[in-house]
Order: sequence, then structure tokens, then C-alpha cells
Amino acid sequence: MSKEAVLGAIRRGLRRGPVPDDLASGLRARLRAHPRHLIPARSLLPRPAQVALFIRNVEKEFGSVIRVPGPTDVPAAIADYLAAQNLPSALVLAPHPELQALPWATRPLLRLREGRAEPTDLVSVQHGYAAIAETGTLMLPGTPDRPTTLNLLADTAIVVLLASRIVGPLEDAWDRLRAEGHDPVTGGFLPRNVMLVTGPSRSADIESTLELGAHGPRRLHVVLVDDDPTAID
Amino acid sequence: MRATSPAFRENAAHALADKRLQKALVFTRPAFPSRRAAAIAQLPEFEQLRKTGRDIKDHTLANLDFYLETWAANVERAGGQVHWCSTADEARAAVLAICQRVGARTVTKGKSMISEELAINEHLEQHGITPVETDLGEYILQLRREPPSHIIAPAFHLNREDWEESFRASHTDLPPGRVFADRRDILAEARAQLRARFLAADVGITGANFLIAETGSTVIVTNEGNGDLTQTLPRVHIVLASIEKVVPTLEDTCTLLRLLARSATGQDMSVYTTFSTGTRRPGELDGPDEFHVVLIDNGRSAMLGSPFQPMLRCIRCAACLNHCPVYFTVGGHAYGWVYPGPMGAVLTPTLIGVDQAGHLPNASTFCGKCESVCPMHIPLPGMMRHWRERQFERHLTPPTARAGLRVWGWFARRPWAYRLITRAVAAGLGRLGRKRGRFSSLPLAGGWTGGRDLPAPEGATFFARYAREQRAGRA
Repeated sequence: MSKEAVLGAIRRGLRRGPVPDDLASGLRARLRAHPRHLIPARSLLPRPAQVALFIRNVEKEFGSVIRVPGPTDVPAAIADYLAAQNLPSALVLAPHPELQALPWATRPLLRLREGRAEPTDLVSVQHGYAAIAETGTLMLPGTPDRPTTLNLLADTAIVVLLASRIVGPLEDAWDRLRAEGHDPVTGGFLPRNVMLVTGPSRSADIESTLELGAHGPRRLHVVLVDDDPTAID
Repeated sequence: MRATSPAFRENAAHALADKRLQKALVFTRPAFPSRRAAAIAQLPEFEQLRKTGRDIKDHTLANLDFYLETWAANVERAGGQVHWCSTADEARAAVLAICQRVGARTVTKGKSMISEELAINEHLEQHGITPVETDLGEYILQLRREPPSHIIAPAFHLNREDWEESFRASHTDLPPGRVFADRRDILAEARAQLRARFLAADVGITGANFLIAETGSTVIVTNEGNGDLTQTLPRVHIVLASIEKVVPTLEDTCTLLRLLARSATGQDMSVYTTFSTGTRRPGELDGPDEFHVVLIDNGRSAMLGSPFQPMLRCIRCAACLNHCPVYFTVGGHAYGWVYPGPMGAVLTPTLIGVDQAGHLPNASTFCGKCESVCPMHIPLPGMMRHWRERQFERHLTPPTARAGLRVWGWFARRPWAYRLITRAVAAGLGRLGRKRGRFSSLPLAGGWTGGRDLPAPEGATFFARYAREQRAGRA
């Protein structure tokens, strides 16, 4: 069992020795440039249409979206959603500064706990890092203030997302992370975990028929905060 | 997994007589092609993306050693370990060594075809470790001790009654008189049973759809979320990945993701696409303390530089299975090993030998549908033809077939003789069958007429008719 054995077998198949220096520097340049390929035109739209496409795609994938005018409206939107769905008002909340700054006290009936999700949690509130209009996908990097279990364990997953964080194609979301991410261990931009989430958990394993809520959340609800004046019609 | 591919003929006959299986095949067959077609209709760039996807994989395969080394260095920078394994035996030993070192008793598993190739469950069980499949389809197959019959819908051959039967037999802690009103009740019971397993597991094993050289990431694509629970909750995460999974960058991955879900289930994007890069970071509340990737060759490197190299572009979407008339007639188990359908007919002989799996590349009508839907433009029928040639060269083809081919070859190389004999046969059969218009049995063709009638020729050959119409056209 060795690295050299595996690499040697590959080189025998390719009928050459190790990659020569000039070729390797070309390959390293490709990695550094990470060129984009063809980007589908469907999400290359003016901002309001991009946001509308995101909402349409989330709903197509069995998620739901509510738009609110500002961050101060988020606690009420969550409380109303839970009441309308007949869900408990106990939440586990991502320990993210933007969520901590929300006026939760305006809805005193909401019981909050910060941290990772436990198996007993029924409702989680995650901080949305970015979202992709092309497919209605949320980008949720796992960081200390955005625990991964919040995306997975609760029956109802709520994500608070700023409209300014909606991009067109998936490549634009990676560009944001490339520009903003700082991993303490690798020095790179990518954290340990990045989840791209498109709708609630599902399975078609029983008689090829789709059912929601296989192992992850049965409901995915996005609270979209209109912080971006250019994104409003 | 012990291969029953040498018994493909018997397996197929058995499958044709299996009423439950035929019911599931008939029920499922139309769903996959129509979902894929609907998704692709919404993406006008799909054909262009296919070409780009093919080129990305070809570029990566041509520089596979470079990209794997780059990827592995980045895994290690993120606190992970790469275990390079040439064979299935080495890979099984690597997984077991990690599990034993951490004193694992139960191991949860996300869906992974390479883990079927390694038969890792049996290996762990033999050493006193309990593996638990968590993908819903794989879970019921584990309860029933059956292999998967499809690479992305492993249990689609089962009907609702099969699920209920197995759950009653296995979940003996629940009231035996409980009622399953609909599929949701079956799902809810599996969810509750598996939640406890996720939380108790010491090690989580997943596969990988992609490895990203640029970042040292492994990527899984799922709909249920079981893979994510498998890799997030236990202290140790082991990824099983074969060497051809690597791609250079996130941008390359974007293009392949646009092809994968549409070709597989007709979704624009699967529900969870998750990028894992190393171990839990300081201050993080979730994630494994150990991150291992068992990187497996197991026959892939021998495909490089061979006519079968394009098969290494495969992203395991199952579009070729989903559109295959043979696959949807006999189901996946008949193929007798891990990979069924057209991609299996090409891959299985390379991995377990054409002497074992020679029937598979012959179980094709060469209709070409598989190649036409493959998102990576893999020339599947062409490669099946290569296998038939190799079989012939190695004298693995049965003597009667060899004799038949020799006779046909003699005529095919002598056009005058070919025309003479076809003219005689067409005229003779035309006269004999004039009354009924078809034959229900013919000498030397019993195998063919056993399942269907042969329409009687009209009396003249294609050549004769072509020549006649050419003359008429000129006149």
C-alpha cells in the first residue's frame, strides 16, 4: 500500500514518467486561474429578476420563502411562520452576530438557544451565507458561527438570508467565498464543510415516488431580508 | 461481492419470470427518461455542457498523477490523511485498521458504489464491527441481505409489500400489529430507526462524487441528507474514493454538477451537495476529529491508455441504465455484480475479468441510446464491441457462435456470395411464409423465435430493391 505504487501504475497507463516541469507549471497556472466554463444564461438577469428566480426555484424544490423589508422584521416572520404551521416556538439558533443582533425580544414567546442542533431540536435557524438563483440553492459554509448540524437535524430548517447575498450562477457564490473566506488551518478560503442545499430532504427510494423528509428537514423555509434596494422591483 | 455475472443467462431467465420484479420494472421504466428530458428541456446549453464536461475529465485523466498529488497535499494541509490503495484488499485493510484503532463498534454508511465493490460491510462484520447503511434504499437491502440493483436507486426493484414485510421482520421492537397506511409511514419508521444509529455511530463512511485538487475537498451529492449526518456526527469520517473522481477546480465541478443531477434524477441540483475539507476546525461546534480518504485504484489505472479509458469519465449518473431496454427487461441483479446496465457491461469485465463477465457486453441490442444520453459522451456500445472482440480473440466465445461468425465472415467478405445466399433465403422464406406472413419457429433460430415471431421476407433482398429504385429514379 503506497502512494508510489498507485502513481507508478497511473504513469505506466499514461506511458510516461512524472509530469515534466514545464507541463506541471502550466497545470499549476490552470489551478491558480481556475477558469470558468460556459455559464447557463438562465440566471444572468437584472437583480430583481434574479431574486424572483431564486424564490421560484426554492418553491419548485418544495421549499418556501417569505420576504421581509428589514432585519428587524425577522423574529416576527419566524414566529408567524411557526404559528401558521402549528410548530413549537423553541428554536436553536446559529451563534452568528447578524442573527444575535436581531430584536428577538419583540417576540417574547420565542424560546431561543444558541449552538449546534441536538436530536431533540424541532426547529433550527441558520445564517445563509449566499444563495444561487440558478437552482434555488443555499450556500451554507460550516464555520464556528454556522454549525453544520443546524442544516440537518431539526424537522424544520429556517434560513435567514439577505437579498444582497443572492447571486446568479453557482460560480458567483464560490467567488464570494474565494474573496471573503479565511480558513485558520489551511490559510485558504474554504472552511471544513460547505453545504449547498436545494430544498428539503427527500427520497424516492420507496417505489420511485418522491417523499419529503427522509433524514434531514421535512421543511425548508427561507426568510429573505430585502436589504438590497437594487433587487426590489 | 461474489460475482454471478457468469450466470447472466440463467439470471436473466429468472428475472423474466419474477412477477414482483417485472411489476417494479414496468412501474419505474417511464419515470427516469421523462424526468431527465424535462430537466434538459429547461437548459438550452446542455449539449455544450456535455462537451465541456467530457473535456474536463479528459484533461484530468491525462494528468491524473499530478492532480491526485495536488489534491492529496491539500487534504493533508487541512488535517486529513490519504491512504493510497492499489487493490481492494489494501483498501479493506485500511478501513478496518482505522475502525479498530478508534475502537469502533458501529459504523454508519452513506451510499457508495465503491464500498459495494470492496464488499466492506462483510469485511467489517467479520471483524466484529457493525456497519449500518443509512441511505433508505441501501438500508432495506441490508435488512434483506440483497445487493443494490441500480447505482442511484438501489432498491427500486422492491414494491411496498416488500418494504413492509422487511420492516416487520427486522424492527421487532415495534408493535407487530402496526399499520403502514402509505409510503410516508414506511419512511417515518426508517427515519426513526436510523436517527438512533446516526447518533450512536463511532465512524461514518461515505463515498465521493468528486475530489477537488485545488482545495483538497471530497464532495458527496445526495437527496436524503443521510450522507451528511454520516459524516458530521461521528468522531471519525472515512471517505472511500476511486482515483478517477478527481477534478481540478471548483469551477470544473460546477460544470459537472450541472450535468449530474439532470442526467440522474432530472433535478436541476440534488438537495445536498457537500464539500468536505479536513477535520473540525478550532472553535467549530460540529464535524469529525479525524478525516481519512481511502483512495482506491482497484483496476482503474490499467484502463488508462487502453480503449476503455473513456469509461473513467463516468460520473455514475445512471442515465445509461435508465434508458436501456435490456436493463429494464431483466433488472440490475441479473448482471451479477456491482455495476449493472451499459456502464456495468463495460466496467465489470475490466474489474473482474472478461472471462467472468463476458456475457454482459453481449447483452446489448446496440441501440445506442446509452451513448446518446451519457452526459460524459462515453462511447459505451463501441467499448462493448471491444470486449466482444477480446472475447473472440481469447477464445472465450462458445464454439457454435465462433462457427456461426466464421460462416458469416466468409460470406461478408465475398459480396457476390452474400448476395446469392440472401437472395435465395429471401425468396425461399418469402414463398414459405406467404400465407401467415410470419414464422413462429425456424431451424437454427429457436432462441430468437422462442420470444417472438420472425416476419416473413417479401421475396426480394434489400440490394435488389435498392437497385430497382435507383434505376427507376434515373429513368
